[in-house]
Amino acid sequence: MALSQKTKEAFLGPLNVNNPVLVQILGICSALAVTVQLKPALVMGISVTIIVAMSNVVVSLIRNTIPTRIRIIIQLVVVAALVTIVSEVLKAFAYDVAMQLSVYLGLIITNCILMGRLEAFAMTNSVKDSFMDGLGNGFGYAWILVVVAFVRELLGSGKLMGYQIIPQSLYDAGYENCGMMLMPAMALILVGCIIWVHRALNDKEEKK
Amino acid sequence: MEHAISLFVRSIFADNMIFAFFLGMCSYLAVSKDVKTSLGLGIAVVFVETITLPVNYLLQIYVLDPLGLGYLSFILFIAVIAAIVQLVEMIVEKFSPSLYAALGIFLPLIAVNCAIMGASLFMQQRVQLDPENVKAIANIGDAFAYAVGSGLGWLLAIVALAGIREKMEYNDVPKPLQGIGITFITVGLMAMAFMCFSGLNI
Repeated sequence: MALSQKTKEAFLGPLNVNNPVLVQILGICSALAVTVQLKPALVMGISVTIIVAMSNVVVSLIRNTIPTRIRIIIQLVVVAALVTIVSEVLKAFAYDVAMQLSVYLGLIITNCILMGRLEAFAMTNSVKDSFMDGLGNGFGYAWILVVVAFVRELLGSGKLMGYQIIPQSLYDAGYENCGMMLMPAMALILVGCIIWVHRALNDKEEKK
Repeated sequence: MEHAISLFVRSIFADNMIFAFFLGMCSYLAVSKDVKTSLGLGIAVVFVETITLPVNYLLQIYVLDPLGLGYLSFILFIAVIAAIVQLVEMIVEKFSPSLYAALGIFLPLIAVNCAIMGASLFMQQRVQLDPENVKAIANIGDAFAYAVGSGLGWLLAIVALAGIREKMEYNDVPKPLQGIGITFITVGLMAMAFMCFSGLNI
């Protein structure tokens, strides 16, 4: 299946140049809160990707029948229904992760990425493009989460996905976990630094 | 009563919506460029929070729990919030045009502010706690105190950040870090300062 230029753009743009977290500054709340460990961050990234893609498809399907005045309520109900499904599935198959995510799972409903994409893209574009746009934004969000969680878990508790990575001999030699990394404040500063690097790199490309 | 006061103070400082839970971050970062607008948004958040949270509390206790419909809570809460935001907007427009002019543009935004939805979801967790627990919400008074407290905490955070950002206009920030990058780092430092409230007990 050959993809049109626009569809490709809808998928690839959000991964880097138009990243929802770094450039559009959407969906920060959950991006910061669930990144103490890699596993919940990964689950969160996947859940958001599924929900953005699916809600984009649903809203795009019914976009011509939605009255403009109450469109926000309709979009919210579509999203809330999908989030409920995902949270019930997680509670059934990955109970401990669902408990770690706690309220942040429910807060996907008010994640600005969702409302932003629904308003800006799904309301005016075809179903296929909306689906790709949803996938792209979901992945763009997920990779930031994974990077932040990777740094925080590795430096904060010396583990990845719950497995010990930093060997015991290093601890014996006087190495200590950086407890600061587990604090909420460090998540903000890390994202700030990622934005810094991202902007610096993209500026360089533009100048060429 | 003491419990409600303790809940109120804790929700402003120790359990601050922004610095402890990152809720309402999107509008927090976007609308904190100057003190006046951020104060408007902050007041609107306090206002909506104070109405929606007790309503959601009553729904949780008298409708969802007895009927065992807990899994519908997301849809119900967000519908209540969206509906109340619409109602508040219409009432304010009718009875106080000056307040409407000040809050008008922010009210629709608040329906998707995570701080509002988040407070309702925390409430849902906290009603299940043992009443002796400092975080428990045992009656409607507690729910009200928690709502006002977390709204005020959010207001405090956004006005403080706006004040800092106004000052920072004059500083020489590295170019790629300008704007949103340095704002993140500022909020990080503010969050560290707020961490010292975490041991607060009344």
